[in-house]
Amino acid sequence: MKHRRVLRLLALVAVLSLVGAACSNDDTGGEETGGATGGATGGAVDCASVEFGCLEVASGEPITIGTLLAISGDTASLGLDSQAGAQLAIDYLDGTLDQVDGQLLGHDVQLQNEDDGCSADGGQAGGQALAADPSILAVIGTSCSSAALGVADKIFSDKGILLISPSNTNPGLTSEEAHQPFYLRTAHNDKIQGAIVSDFVYTEQGITTAATINDESPYADGLAAAFRDNFEAAGGTITAVEAINSADTDFGALLEGIANGNPGALYFPDFNPACALIAQQAADIMPDTLLIGSDGCLATDFLETAGDAANGVFASSPDLSVFANGDFYKNEFIPAYKELVGTDPTAVFHAHSFDAMNILFDAVESVAVDNGDGSLTIPRQALRDAIFATSGYQGITGTITCTELGDCATDVTIGVFEAPGWPVEGGEPDSAPVFSETKSLDQVL
Amino acid sequence: MANATTPARRTTAVRMSALERLPIRRIILTVLSVAIAAFVIVGSYKTLTLPAGEAYTWDTWRGIIVRGVSQGAIFALIALGYTLVYGILRMINFAHGEVFMMGAFTSFFFADAYAKSGFLNRSPVTALLIIFAVAVATSVGVAVLLERVAYRPLRNAPRLVPLITAIGASLFLQQTARGFFGTNTQGYPRPEVLDGTWTILGFPVDRIRVVVLVVSLISMGILQYIVARTKTGKSMRAVAEDQEIASLMGIDVNRVVVKTFVIGGILAGIAGVLFALTFESVNFFMGVRPGISAFTAAVLGGIGSIGGAALGGFTLGVLQAVGPPLLLTGFNVPSPFQLEDVVTFSVLVLVLIFRPGGLLGSGEAEKV
Repeated sequence: MKHRRVLRLLALVAVLSLVGAACSNDDTGGEETGGATGGATGGAVDCASVEFGCLEVASGEPITIGTLLAISGDTASLGLDSQAGAQLAIDYLDGTLDQVDGQLLGHDVQLQNEDDGCSADGGQAGGQALAADPSILAVIGTSCSSAALGVADKIFSDKGILLISPSNTNPGLTSEEAHQPFYLRTAHNDKIQGAIVSDFVYTEQGITTAATINDESPYADGLAAAFRDNFEAAGGTITAVEAINSADTDFGALLEGIANGNPGALYFPDFNPACALIAQQAADIMPDTLLIGSDGCLATDFLETAGDAANGVFASSPDLSVFANGDFYKNEFIPAYKELVGTDPTAVFHAHSFDAMNILFDAVESVAVDNGDGSLTIPRQALRDAIFATSGYQGITGTITCTELGDCATDVTIGVFEAPGWPVEGGEPDSAPVFSETKSLDQVL
Repeated sequence: MANATTPARRTTAVRMSALERLPIRRIILTVLSVAIAAFVIVGSYKTLTLPAGEAYTWDTWRGIIVRGVSQGAIFALIALGYTLVYGILRMINFAHGEVFMMGAFTSFFFADAYAKSGFLNRSPVTALLIIFAVAVATSVGVAVLLERVAYRPLRNAPRLVPLITAIGASLFLQQTARGFFGTNTQGYPRPEVLDGTWTILGFPVDRIRVVVLVVSLISMGILQYIVARTKTGKSMRAVAEDQEIASLMGIDVNRVVVKTFVIGGILAGIAGVLFALTFESVNFFMGVRPGISAFTAAVLGGIGSIGGAALGGFTLGVLQAVGPPLLLTGFNVPSPFQLEDVVTFSVLVLVLIFRPGGLLGSGEAEKV
């Protein structure tokens, strides 16, 4: 009896050690070196003493960049679009968009894709999977603010891995209190989007009363709050502040209650399908109220679900027509996108994702140490400092200058589009906004 | 227990427990009911006496109540499916919300095709009859399969086993729909005849809400007739009373159980189309929230009781719509409508404290 127990224990130990060995052996791509090797071969960098160490890329091995985007479910159109933008940036490393990948400092660049699930849970799971991989240089993501705020931004910052978001817009992410040191974004801050929507409703349309409905996501909450702050500061009155659960279907009683206050405009910055259902039900209950959604609503799904009720509904979005003025975007980028994906863009943030990759490449080029034998040493803290120092970079989304708190889109043009003239598949892809305004971060509240 | 020899001790024990337990329980209940009554009265009073600009107008209240009643009618139809199965088998069919979803989603393909060909607006009655038939057939098929595959083999297992199976079946059906039909929300077409309003008693009421209410009431009436007046209904009641004795009396229990699932499926299919027509959309997840609400309605009304399910459905629908603005606005609670579940589940807990069997239930607590 006793023998058997000891044997069993030994067998267990043996199995566990085999599993452990198997796990640690497949680490051939890049290797995290906290000390001696990096310091010895890197020469200029002392990887032992710098915080977060360095990333070593062996000769002939690719540089791995993670993506943590919403690539499944209701919001997949958002994440897959950004993923295509990142892929095109790798293609463009050789200076041409020819579906042949270029190289960075003599190394291939590859993407490792994880799903952020457009939720805090998804950000946690995908974030930990990527953060546990020592060969990851930086991560493009997340798609949804809920996956980043307090979740992925913290996971990666604790490890010294850059997280660059192409589409997080929640103001909290780059606020004084909550900003994580390795987090930055090329998407606009919703303080700007909220302010421009408020300008459209109050100044352009001359409407002085409004109500807001937001779901439980930090994205919707932040945007509704930014709108309210600016609208009230301009002299408008908010008649109702309501919140919903994004899984709800029946908004009838809620909308009846809101209609009681007779708001001139109803602002509902949510995701679909809630966004489409609100628009549809509000069209019956308050036919004279101006309905306006956000860039989360502006998608093909909205037009399909809301049907006829979609007509006349407004939505704000980064103004594509500004990018389209750039010859590069129109004549090279979009054709390459179509060739890669097969359709017109399903969202707008592919452009932000492309720019995010490019400022990352520039930062890598400025701090990576070539060891002479084809291998690279990239100190993580220096990489962070270099990318945060980005200033005056001419991207396809405009001029990119990163602030200390990680906002890289400092001058933002937001357009307001009227359905069915929405610039998405199923709408009218070439349509122009009915209102467009450019603001910089220091101009808004 | 051989307690015949100690009658004195037994009486004391009873008296002691009566002294110790009953008054405390009664005091707590009394305090609780006074507090709730005060909250409801003060909240409603404050809401109704808000200054003219802030108060809800009569038109708004009417709109809210109409929506609540019509939503309640749909809850009632689904709740009947829960309650029928519970009455016969003493199990909660948690997959019933998915039976509802399957019917609605399958009928979407017909409704969509008819809308595109113009048939839906040319002859709406025929088109709707076919759409309802498709939904009902699908829901009945799913319900019967569910019974045959997931529940019948476990009929004599401990009660927790079919409960867990039901939850598993619910997830299975959801993911099947997700795989077959995709994750996107689809726009469900509504014939133009049902757009707009009818004037009833001098007030405009959305046509679709009227249709929902009328169709539900007719369905419930027919169900009541079947259960109370027909031979099938008699055998259902007999099986509900005592399965073993019923089978000794020559009733085929399996047949009766299948019939129960068929009736539940018919009601769920009808409810599915009504729901889809009201909100003009379907998705694979649409059964979850109405399913939970309907289950709540069934418990509220007294699970196992047909009248209870209908009453519970309407009560819940109206409570969800009217409760938050009426009770909370007066206290200046921000975003009151978000708290509809808080209001309804508080009511559920209270009803169960005072009447453990539900509004029309037997008055006894049931353990599930």
